[in-house]
Order: sequence, then C-alpha cells, then structure tokens
Amino acid sequence: MERRAGNARPVLKLIKSLMHPILSSFRRLLLYLSGWGPLSAILLYLFASIGGLSWGRAAALALPLCLVYAFVCLSAWYSCRSIPLENSGSWLAHLTAAIVASLLWILAARGLAATLSSFASLAGLDRQIARVYPLLFGSGVLLYLLAVALHYVLLSNEAAHEAEKREVEARGLARESELKALKTQVNPHFIFNCLNSISALTSSDPATAREMCIRLAEFLRKTLGLGERAQIPLGEELDLIHAYLSVEQIRFGARLRLEENTEPGVLGFVVPPLLLQPLVENAIRHGIASLAEGGWVRLEIKNGTPQRLSITVENNFDPEAPRRRGAGIGLKNVRQRIDATYRNRARFDVRAEAGRFRVQLELPAEKAGEAPVPYSA
Amino acid sequence: MKQDAKIRTVIVDDEDLARQIIREMLKSHAEIEIVAECANGFEAVRLVSELKPDLLFLDIQMPKLDGFEVLELIGNDIAVIFATAYDEHALRAFEVHAVDYLLKPFRAERFDAALARAKERIGKKLPASPEQLSAATREPGQYAERVVVKDGTRVHIIPVTKLDYAEAQDDYVALASQGRKHLRQQTISSLEAALDPRNFVRIHRSYLVNLERVARLEPYGKDTHIAILGDGTRLPVSRAGLGRLKQFLGEKA
Repeated sequence: MERRAGNARPVLKLIKSLMHPILSSFRRLLLYLSGWGPLSAILLYLFASIGGLSWGRAAALALPLCLVYAFVCLSAWYSCRSIPLENSGSWLAHLTAAIVASLLWILAARGLAATLSSFASLAGLDRQIARVYPLLFGSGVLLYLLAVALHYVLLSNEAAHEAEKREVEARGLARESELKALKTQVNPHFIFNCLNSISALTSSDPATAREMCIRLAEFLRKTLGLGERAQIPLGEELDLIHAYLSVEQIRFGARLRLEENTEPGVLGFVVPPLLLQPLVENAIRHGIASLAEGGWVRLEIKNGTPQRLSITVENNFDPEAPRRRGAGIGLKNVRQRIDATYRNRARFDVRAEAGRFRVQLELPAEKAGEAPVPYSA
Repeated sequence: MKQDAKIRTVIVDDEDLARQIIREMLKSHAEIEIVAECANGFEAVRLVSELKPDLLFLDIQMPKLDGFEVLELIGNDIAVIFATAYDEHALRAFEVHAVDYLLKPFRAERFDAALARAKERIGKKLPASPEQLSAATREPGQYAERVVVKDGTRVHIIPVTKLDYAEAQDDYVALASQGRKHLRQQTISSLEAALDPRNFVRIHRSYLVNLERVARLEPYGKDTHIAILGDGTRLPVSRAGLGRLKQFLGEKA
C-alpha cells in the first residue's frame, strides 16, 4: 500500500505538470475566452474597414476565427514551458511558432470562407477572403506573441507560488525539528540518585523503598508518550510535577519544603508537555540541593489578565554555591521551546536576587483545540 | 600502619540515604571505624582537618563546596573514594588519583573492591600535586569562577570577580580581596592558568592583577612602571608585564 501510494504521487505530479493551467480550470478558461471578446471585435472592425467586407460578412468570419485562434494560442504554453525566458534564442523560436500559427490560421480562414460561401447570402466570400490574408497574418503573429507573453506571466506566477509553498513547508519542518530537538527528557541523574536512595532503603525501610519504586514508576510512566503530543492540559502537567516531587520528597526529606498555589479553573488550559516540570526540577537541583539546611519551592499558577496564564516557580538558593554542571541549560531549553511554540505571544522572565530564584511565565490561556498546533506551519 | 589500628573513615554526602547505604556497607568491615559523617563541603573540610581520617567517601555535587574543592583544601594525604551519580567527573577523579570512583547505585561487591584498593593505598601519599588538585576543581576547558582558601579550619570562598590581585610568596600565593589577604598553597603560574586571561594579567613575575582594578599606570625607574589600583595599592609592573597590560588596556579602550 505504502509503496503504491508513494509511486502514485510522482505520476500525479507529472500529469499535473502536463496539464495546461488555463484548460485545467473552467473558470480560467472562461476568463481567457472573454479576453478574446474585445480582440474579435477589433478584428471584425479591421475586416470591415481595411478588408472592405460588409459588417455581416466580417462578423461571420471574425467571430469563429477568433474562437479557433484562441485555442491555437494556448499551445504557446508548451513552448514557453520548455524554453525558459532567459534563453537567448527563445524569441526566435517563439517568432517561428507565431508565423506557423498564423499561416495555419490563414488556412483555417480559407476553409471557413469556402464553407460559408455555399450559403446564398455569403456567396463570393471565398474570393473576398484573399483581401484579408495580410491582415490575418499580421494580427496572427501579434496575437500569438501576446499569448506567449501571457503564458510566461502565468508560468512565473506558478513558480513563485510553488517557491512560496516550499518555503512554508520548509519553515514548518524546521520548526518541527527545532521543537523535537528541544523536547525535554527526564534527567537521568535524577533517576540514578533515586535508585541509590531505593538501594539504601531496601534494608533499612523496605516499605518506603517499595513506595519510592512505585512513585518513581508512576512518574516515569506519565512522562512516556508525552513527547509525541504537542500540548497537554495543565492538570496533566501538574500531576506529573506531583509525581516527581513525591519522589524527591523521599530523597530530601525535611530538606524539601513545598508551597503550591493553583487557582481553580486553570487546569483545563493546555501547555506544551514537560514545560514546567524542568523548572521545578531546576528549583530542586540548584536550590534545595545547594542548601545544607534545606529550602523551599513555591509554585503558583494564576489566571492572569484576560486570556493569560501566569505561572511562577520560585525557590531559595545559596548564591555562593559552586555552579553545577548544566546550570542554565534547562532554563534555556524551556525558553527556546516557548519561543518556538508561541513565538512572541508568551513572556519568560528569570530573576535571581537576595538568595531567591524566580522564573515567571506568561502564556496565552488556550483550551485544547483552539490553540494553534505548533507542528503545522 | 599497625595491624590492629582501625581505618578511620569519614563519609561526606548531602543526602541522608546516600550516607546510610555507605554506612551499611561498611558494617561488615570490622577494621573500619566511622569517625564522622558530613552533609556539606564546609563541614567536611573542618572535620577532616580536625580528625585527620585515613579514608574519605566523597560525593561530588554538594552544598557549599563540591567534592573536588573539598579535596583541594584538605590536601593529598587521605585516600578518597568518590561516590556520585554522575559519570562525567570520572576523568577528573582519575587526575587527582582518587582510589576509586563509585557510580550510584553500586553493589556490595563493587563497594568492597573499592575498599580493598583503599586499604592498599592508606599510609602512602597520594601522588597528586596541589596543582593537579587545583586543576581538577574546574571542568576541562573552563576558567575558575571562584577560588577557595582554607584558614585553619575555616573556609573562604572568593569569587574571581572579587579578587583584586595575587602575589607570589614562595610556595604560596597571597590573594587580595576586599581589603584582606588569603594564603593559598599554589604557584602563581598555576593560578594564572586557572583564571580567565581576559580579566587577569600577569604584570610581573610575582604579580597577577584583575584588569578591572587597575586605575592608572605610572613610570617608575628606567624600565619599570607602577600600576595603581582603585584602592591605592601600588604594584610593580615589569617590562614584559607592561607589554601585556598595554595590549589588554588598548583593546579595551
């Protein structure tokens, strides 16, 4: 199935590329033919004034001839497509084609006149037609060259359109891969430290060891599959944070104090997955872990100004602590993900002063479905 | 070392449960005596200086001072076994000639093997030089952000931004910061190598100065100059030092 679908696409593309842009659309064909209306009126006038034909005879000739020549001129598309305008010899090729086309037109006029002259009211038209041959030839060449110009305009339009489409596609792809690259992963050192705690607890406190195993499993399970989703409800992200904190609580014990303040009604808004968890993890890694006597983490989520979600993650820390490896990388990653997802519709603010570290986020408050899916351009 | 003497051991880890597992694994070794447990680097430096243990179990990421800074301050006559969840510090641990590097979590057999190696090592001096210990406190390819000094059992942390200048004094360097001088066992060249050359310039065989502190230069004698710092301190500038200084001040201006 896959293979056939894969093969069908180039074929479709080929057919599409062979199809005439005017013939393939009824609306465009109608527009094109209506453009020939004034042209046929001019030709009719020329037949009458220069050719000396009566108005009736001129009309009987000019209208069908214009209709025929309108279709003949469409053939210019094929030569325009195969000969790029930049080619130095292109004008010579088109001129040759124009001469051939107008000669064919004269032949058609002759045939038409012969047929029409069998009607009693138009008798003698087959002899009179010879008078307009030069006129036909001249206007035929001119009209054909006009058609060539028209087709070049169409082609360049199409090319511009195609290029734009490709660019949009490329932008979408770039953005998608950007987001993929930034997707946060659970910090492996967190897991190693947890396993070490469990290892310590197995002999001293087996019940707590089991509890920690279960909490760690719950946390890891929640993170699974999140990477595939572009956004999740805030409630789900908070569940994940609670699972994470319940593990850290065993590890740090009384050293970790938690304060949470979530306004009701915000849980249904959507956020990119694993956006807040790294901020809380950061607060513990660089806050609590740097403080011998322990510290606190404060998480606050509010419905800010209309349609804004205001999120604060704050912790205390030791300003004199040695810099930890990877300091700032987690924050940078969150900032980049916010930029890639919301462009300029979000605010990200980091402040460290007087032993307090605060990250403030302001995101558009969006429900599932109404938010733009960040993966499409 | 006498046969009946116990191996006096200190455990340093900020996590209660991490210390607990080491304690538990040491239980079956009667020759080990745990003389102290510490939850941060300051405590570790103080207690090790006081108790002079034979063996140290040392975590790396801890509050106040990290494991390598602790090691730099306590010197090289203690056998050290690192215990950490991070495998990326192993190379630096090797450079300071640590006895072993345990990755958390570890099994009892692995722990016992580390302990066996430690026993062979105890009593022998670590071949790591103060320079090697100092170099290991930095991640490879990075400049120091702070310098730690020990004054008796007290530890001072000097952020490099607060370091005014350093003066060589035999085997030591005197670090001038905020009107005080701190002595540290280190050559001035190795200190120079640890600091960002865009901020610290060797103006003299014996002096390294923080560029931001230099207020002006005055000629002094035939070949030399004097650098005058913001607080009025006058430091000699050699001819080579003047060239280096001019190059930097010229770039900054």
